[in-house]
Amino acid sequence: MKQEPIKTEAIEITYREAVREALRDAIKRDERVFLMGEDVGRYGGCYAVSHGLLAQFGPERIRDTPLSESGFTGAGIGAAMAGMRPIVEVMTVNFSLLALDQILNTAATLRHMSGNQFGVPLVIRMATGAGRQLAAQHSHSLEGWYAHVPGIKVLAPATLEDARGMLWTALEDPDPVLIFENVMLYNMTGKLATDAGPVDIDKAAVRRPGRDISLITYGGSLWKTLEAATTLAGDGIEAEVIDLRSLRPLDDATIMASVAKTRHAIIVDEGWRTGSLAAEVGMRIVEQAFWSLDAPLGRVCSEEVPIPYPRHLENAAIPQATKIVAATKAALDRA
Amino acid sequence: MTAAADKPRLSREHMLDLLKQMIRIRRFEDKCAELYTQEKIRGFMHLYDGEEAVAVGVIPVLDKRDRVVATYREHGQALVRGVPMTTIMAEMYGKQEGCARGRGGSMHLFDAATNFYGGNAIVGGGLPLAVGLGLADHMRSNDIVTACFFGDGAVAEGEFHESMNLAALWELPVLFVCENNLYAMGTALALSESETDIHRKAECYRIISEAVDGMDVVAVEAAARRAVHAVRESRKPYFLECRTYRLRAHSMFDPQLYRDKAEVEARRHSEPIVRFQQWLETNHMIHPEDLPRILAEIDAEIAQSVAFAEAGTWEPVDQLTRFVYADAAVPAGR
Repeated sequence: MKQEPIKTEAIEITYREAVREALRDAIKRDERVFLMGEDVGRYGGCYAVSHGLLAQFGPERIRDTPLSESGFTGAGIGAAMAGMRPIVEVMTVNFSLLALDQILNTAATLRHMSGNQFGVPLVIRMATGAGRQLAAQHSHSLEGWYAHVPGIKVLAPATLEDARGMLWTALEDPDPVLIFENVMLYNMTGKLATDAGPVDIDKAAVRRPGRDISLITYGGSLWKTLEAATTLAGDGIEAEVIDLRSLRPLDDATIMASVAKTRHAIIVDEGWRTGSLAAEVGMRIVEQAFWSLDAPLGRVCSEEVPIPYPRHLENAAIPQATKIVAATKAALDRA
Repeated sequence: MTAAADKPRLSREHMLDLLKQMIRIRRFEDKCAELYTQEKIRGFMHLYDGEEAVAVGVIPVLDKRDRVVATYREHGQALVRGVPMTTIMAEMYGKQEGCARGRGGSMHLFDAATNFYGGNAIVGGGLPLAVGLGLADHMRSNDIVTACFFGDGAVAEGEFHESMNLAALWELPVLFVCENNLYAMGTALALSESETDIHRKAECYRIISEAVDGMDVVAVEAAARRAVHAVRESRKPYFLECRTYRLRAHSMFDPQLYRDKAEVEARRHSEPIVRFQQWLETNHMIHPEDLPRILAEIDAEIAQSVAFAEAGTWEPVDQLTRFVYADAAVPAGR
């Protein structure tokens, strides 16, 4: 008997709500899962992501912490080693620097250093990125730094599906996973299937196919890059947009397949240019696909300044669709 | 548990075991120092000479199900906890038969079988970890105590204060054991702390706290019994400051410019093994044949551990990137 395909409904939802549903689902699914961080409970989360979860799950599983990033991140590591599946929310990447010792020296090292006797199945979520006029200490994009470190995995969900689906897969991973949520995406709305569920966390995705150039990006910059691709299409340039999704490990195969087709590539990365993730992606293309290239690689990164407060200067400091369009045309010698 | 469980056990057999455990650590480390000069052991190596009464007084009071978090000066803790001396020595050599596959060395002894959560070589870094182990046991209502060892140097770290606060605030079953040997590497306690009475810092976090003569193994054990019993019954943290002294250099690279030889010599007279042995002799608890027997047993065990390490093998280089992640996760080079 032929079965009717199940019709899945799609609902209008924000990125913030998609993350919240992922949290709710994970906490319901597995009694070992709990959320811990600054203002995740009574305040409802700095970006209102966990709003309502305290009432549903209580203070043991939606655990407000003091402003002790190193202390509660380390506590998450210990709890994970003792059989729990903690989700540590560090309010923003800026404050994660206060927990860097625990993330790098403990979470990232333990499995290898202990000869595989102890693992750290921990998920750490944090907001990242500029664009809200929060000035130099609240606008960092340091996910590329974290992607430097063996022993952790680094994710950058840019879409509603990934905001909803990456968390559970990350929780099932036996090793520490960092999830970076770009602050400019929380209010983004779109349609998401009501039965949306876990997604893979190790593949890049082609978000727009094209034949002329590969625009490789992730996180908040994905939407600026897609906007640039639309503009470029008006000028007869078909750009292929790759969303890395996972910054460590990098999905080299998807990147190289795209570059082999388009023979041109620009990397768009909100991190500072020097020592950036963009540099890493570019170097991999040189190592693995140099003979496919018809032109030098290009990059659109943040300017080498602490992010300033005024809107016009902040906009000038970080990647924008106009810069991506210009860089693309330059790479294709169509300026 | 009855009140009797808190009392020190003064049987001859138990006293001799305390003595043996301390001598066992001392002689093992003497051998390690010798092997270090022969370049069999490399890297940083921190000896516990003078501080043995702390590990020997505290760790046997714990149950098998309990957990231990230690520092980079952790050979003594590992030995007393029951990590086999053979695998510890192989780890010192860097052989793959070592208790951490040879990857950690002296500063990073790990052993899942005895719930030994490692030598953490970042001062203060083990404290949040211990809080997390305690948090898991709190959330799952496990009757487990986590004992966390750290030195006086850790007290200056933010992670110390964050951990005190979290453990007290969340009422976690963690026994904090401060091994106060008066020096953070080369900086004397009085030069680094405005309040040198360390156990009072824990009191500020409303943690029950006491200081004990860490050179007196019987006193340490009695305090540890009180402390472990209190953590088990109350499910709250407890703080034990053991006042001790490191008789050797901080590490094998330390010329000890920061303290007088006379100071070290004076302390040598109150060192825990000689002191306890004399006490046993005065109280006729040790017989003339006991010490030679104990030494022979220890020396045989050490010889066996050295032979084990010598016979050990190097992990093949093709295993280098294995266990950065769990197997079947990320292929090498990614």
